[in-house]
Amino acid sequence: MLLIRCPYCEEERPELEFRNAGEAHIARPTNIAAESEDDFEKFFFIRSNPKGVIYERWRHIHGCARFFNAVRDTVTDKFVMTYKAGEPRPAKLPGASK
Amino acid sequence: MNASFRISGAGRLSQAKTASFSFDGKSYLGIEGDTLASALLANGVHLVGRSFKYHRPRGFLSAGAEEPNALVQIVRDDARKTPNVRATVQELYDGLTANSQNRWPSLAFDVGAVNDIASPMFSAGFYYKTFMWPKSAWLNFYEPKIRATAGLGVSPDRPDPDHYAARYAHCDVLVLGGGAAGIAAALAAAETGVRVILADEQAEFGGSLRFESGARIDGEDGFAWAQAAIAKLKAMDNVRVLSRTTAFGYYAQNFVGLVERVSDHLKSPGRELARERLWQVRAKRVVLATGAIERHMVFANNDRPGVMLASAARTYLNHYGVAVGRNVGVYTANDSAYAAAIDLRKAGVNVAAIVDLRDNPSGAVIDEARSLGIEINFGRAVVSAGGKLRVSSMTVQPKNGGGERRIAVDAILMSAGWTPSVHLFSQSRGKVAFNEEARRFVPGTYAQDCVSVGACNGTDGLEATVDEAYAAGAQAARDAGGKDSSGKMGKGAKPKVDASESWSRGMLGAAPGAGPGTTVKAFVDFQNDVTAKDIRQAVHEGMHSIEHVKRFTTNGMATDQGKTSNMHGLAIAAETLGKPIPQVGLTTFRAPYTPVTFGSIVGHARGALFDPTRRTATHGWAAAQGAVFEDVGQWKRAWYFPKAGEDMHAAVNRECVTVRKAAGLFDASTLGKIEVVGPDAAKFMELLYTNPWEKLEPGRCRYGIMLREDGFIYDDGVVGRLAPDRFHVTTTTGGAPRVMHHMEDYLQTEFPHLNVWLTSITEQWAVIAVQGPSARKIIEPLVEGIDMSDEALPHMSVREGKICGVPTRLFRMSFTGERGFEVNVPADYGEAVWEALWTEGQKHGATAYGTETMHVLRAEKGYIIVGQDTDGTVTPNDAGLDWAVGKKKTDFVGIRGMMRADLVANGRKQLVGLKTKDPKVVLEEGAQIVEDPKQAIPMKMIGHVTSSYWSENCGRSIALALVAGGRDRMGQTLYVPMPNGTIEVEVTGMVFVDEKGERLNG
Repeated sequence: MLLIRCPYCEEERPELEFRNAGEAHIARPTNIAAESEDDFEKFFFIRSNPKGVIYERWRHIHGCARFFNAVRDTVTDKFVMTYKAGEPRPAKLPGASK
Repeated sequence: MNASFRISGAGRLSQAKTASFSFDGKSYLGIEGDTLASALLANGVHLVGRSFKYHRPRGFLSAGAEEPNALVQIVRDDARKTPNVRATVQELYDGLTANSQNRWPSLAFDVGAVNDIASPMFSAGFYYKTFMWPKSAWLNFYEPKIRATAGLGVSPDRPDPDHYAARYAHCDVLVLGGGAAGIAAALAAAETGVRVILADEQAEFGGSLRFESGARIDGEDGFAWAQAAIAKLKAMDNVRVLSRTTAFGYYAQNFVGLVERVSDHLKSPGRELARERLWQVRAKRVVLATGAIERHMVFANNDRPGVMLASAARTYLNHYGVAVGRNVGVYTANDSAYAAAIDLRKAGVNVAAIVDLRDNPSGAVIDEARSLGIEINFGRAVVSAGGKLRVSSMTVQPKNGGGERRIAVDAILMSAGWTPSVHLFSQSRGKVAFNEEARRFVPGTYAQDCVSVGACNGTDGLEATVDEAYAAGAQAARDAGGKDSSGKMGKGAKPKVDASESWSRGMLGAAPGAGPGTTVKAFVDFQNDVTAKDIRQAVHEGMHSIEHVKRFTTNGMATDQGKTSNMHGLAIAAETLGKPIPQVGLTTFRAPYTPVTFGSIVGHARGALFDPTRRTATHGWAAAQGAVFEDVGQWKRAWYFPKAGEDMHAAVNRECVTVRKAAGLFDASTLGKIEVVGPDAAKFMELLYTNPWEKLEPGRCRYGIMLREDGFIYDDGVVGRLAPDRFHVTTTTGGAPRVMHHMEDYLQTEFPHLNVWLTSITEQWAVIAVQGPSARKIIEPLVEGIDMSDEALPHMSVREGKICGVPTRLFRMSFTGERGFEVNVPADYGEAVWEALWTEGQKHGATAYGTETMHVLRAEKGYIIVGQDTDGTVTPNDAGLDWAVGKKKTDFVGIRGMMRADLVANGRKQLVGLKTKDPKVVLEEGAQIVEDPKQAIPMKMIGHVTSSYWSENCGRSIALALVAGGRDRMGQTLYVPMPNGTIEVEVTGMVFVDEKGERLNG
């Protein structure tokens, strides 16, 4: 069972308290009704599924209930870091070798 | 004592404490502290089982957890019949009853042994080849026969009466393995004051010190030192010592699963004792001190009872005081078996000969064996074991061929060398590395905060082991934040090794006589009956990856997980492939290390504690009325309320008619309820639902539809606006948590600028639906402060006031098509208000009704149930709900998705009503619909039935269905092919009762 650091509670809590909520940094278009079919497909259906570092959303659903962002390595399953919702994708990752 | 193989003066058990036990119905005497294995051996019993495939007679290979052969059924009572217990692990208690497995009619005469003679049929991969023809025989003949013979032991046929405990624990340093290495590491770590847990799978700590008679530490016998060290650790407040505790799984971030066997060793464990306890430990640092496992020699008939590992024979002698024979032979490729020969010889057992594959080894143990007068044969091999139910001889030959010599023996002690136990290290995702010189895999690259010490790290010799482990324990404590960071250990001192044993090397793979080209049964994997020949055959048949070889031969796939067999199997595969071992690679180690009971994993989560049961406030009332309940998620909901003599059909018919004639009371408390509050509440509702909300007057309600971003219906429910900044939202019963999650997701991440709070109020409000022409008359006398006239409280409105003196949110709404109300009261008052309404209702001929009647009544009106009439691919238009989508809105979740080309195309499945031509026929929900029943199979299916009921109010069956282009098919005849014939149906509108909706005010 993984330990995940909630950036709002500021502590590591067991995985059971959290729920994954898909890829992060995919903003809903402000004028979504006017999106083309292709753009809507990219926004809603296409996800990156990388081997290695992924930016994803998690929710501390059985804790503070906040959504936040996490950087995880899909190969080692290790969390590189977590940060609050709305914060930009970190420019530099701590201890990242890739 | 009649246990004739017990040697007085040998071993550590007190001969005074006897324990009687039975094996296959025969009674024996053992000693407290014995395992079932040592007690049987003390009585001269070697034959304890039959092998899985060939039913070959088998005895004890080992004295520990790696045992592949000696699996027995332990019977405590009718409900406690545990199969596949390793006799080498099961501790003896007075009255223990054990039975052998996989034999019929008896262990000594087993009919299944015909498989041994017919073994050419059962070669590697036989199950992929043998049972293929004729094809029809599989279902009727092969599979039933195989099922009858497969498996070992008999499953208990009653619920497990034992209970299983669970503990979470955190520590700084977790030490796994309690031999010399583990104890030294734990001592070093504990002395710094950090929290330490030390666990070992055996009843007593000491590991290989149990048999290493040559080990002396701090001036004591090694095993005695271990006991003293454990006593010292147990006395420390910062240390937890767990015996009989197996670390079975090493998971992410130093999360380790352990099972403690609490009471399997007790004669009559009290009810207060759990059978096992699951420990889930999170450690800052883990020290792996899991030791090494001796390998057997791979030669013909190496599975005969009496042929065993040399270290096992030493354990039985030095710890349990049992000689495994009177005239033993030794077959080895390394030094360690010499010590077994020496110990046994000193205990008075005749050692017929030592056969050593090596040409001219030298060393102290060899000299000592020679000085004891033991015959030693270098450069020779045991090419076969004689005997059947017990080994009777060994046939010796020069290893490069030559004259054979048969030596009479009653046991063969063998050692091909030692395999480091890297199981847990590998489970931690560490990468092993092959040490070419020592021919073994050892920990290479670490993936987690752990360290391996001693034999599992490939460290040879007791002194080197203790040095390494003590330093590693201290380092682990410092890394975990131990107080003593100077490196000086204040309180303790490193244990001093005065004398030790040491060995390494050995051989991997088949021994002479079982090499390429031979067809002898030289077993690599005892438990799955895999021979050296099978491995070679698998390679010849094209299995070039070790993972394929493993699966084709089943080598290492039995419950022992190949603890003794994996390295031999790998070496034979590598030799056959002509590749070096590291290039062929090791199969993946997976949890569990040894079998784990389901009970320990499940713990208390079974029966009533498996999943929470949610009951509404009126549950007790409904149960007293004789209601039948149905499970809806975790909820228990009243399904129908049968009167005396009524079946479900009669009860539902009566309830349905009564609601439309008079009135009915229904508990709707399970509906999800969310309060949306804040200055931007209406804006938020506009974005989350298809409907317009800004202009909805406070005090009015609206039926809302929620979509996912892809445009499909996600949930629905009636929403009441209590105030400009306050909405009382209802959701489907099953949808409440996900709707809340969905709302929170958008509020927190997409619309965080909106000033809104969301609160789940599902359990705060009990909801009593009162529906029917008399509904108002029933409620009115109990209400204060609410004008209930049609003018003041029209359909789809909500008022706050009091009922029976308690606060209420009174909704005028209907899921039946009748004049209807939903009375929300704080849940604590739910039952009292229900009873008051029931008393009033009795005056007007009202009935209580359950979920089945609720379903029929809503279907009569064509009201959909999300999740039944929709399936995640239905748009509002498909469901005929276009009217609920705000046409002027520029944004809501799903607005773009539902405009996708495919979602607005012609021919989509649309919700319609169906009437069977024969009104008495009720369609099956899920039944498929076709246009032409005479077309060839497979027919083109154009839709399916989503809801179907008998409607007593209509005097006929009614149904809803999703049908391609459904709304353009009104009046068409379609067909529902069923196994008993095709049913003709007519496509109709969705409303079967009161199409104009007049009854809402009736």
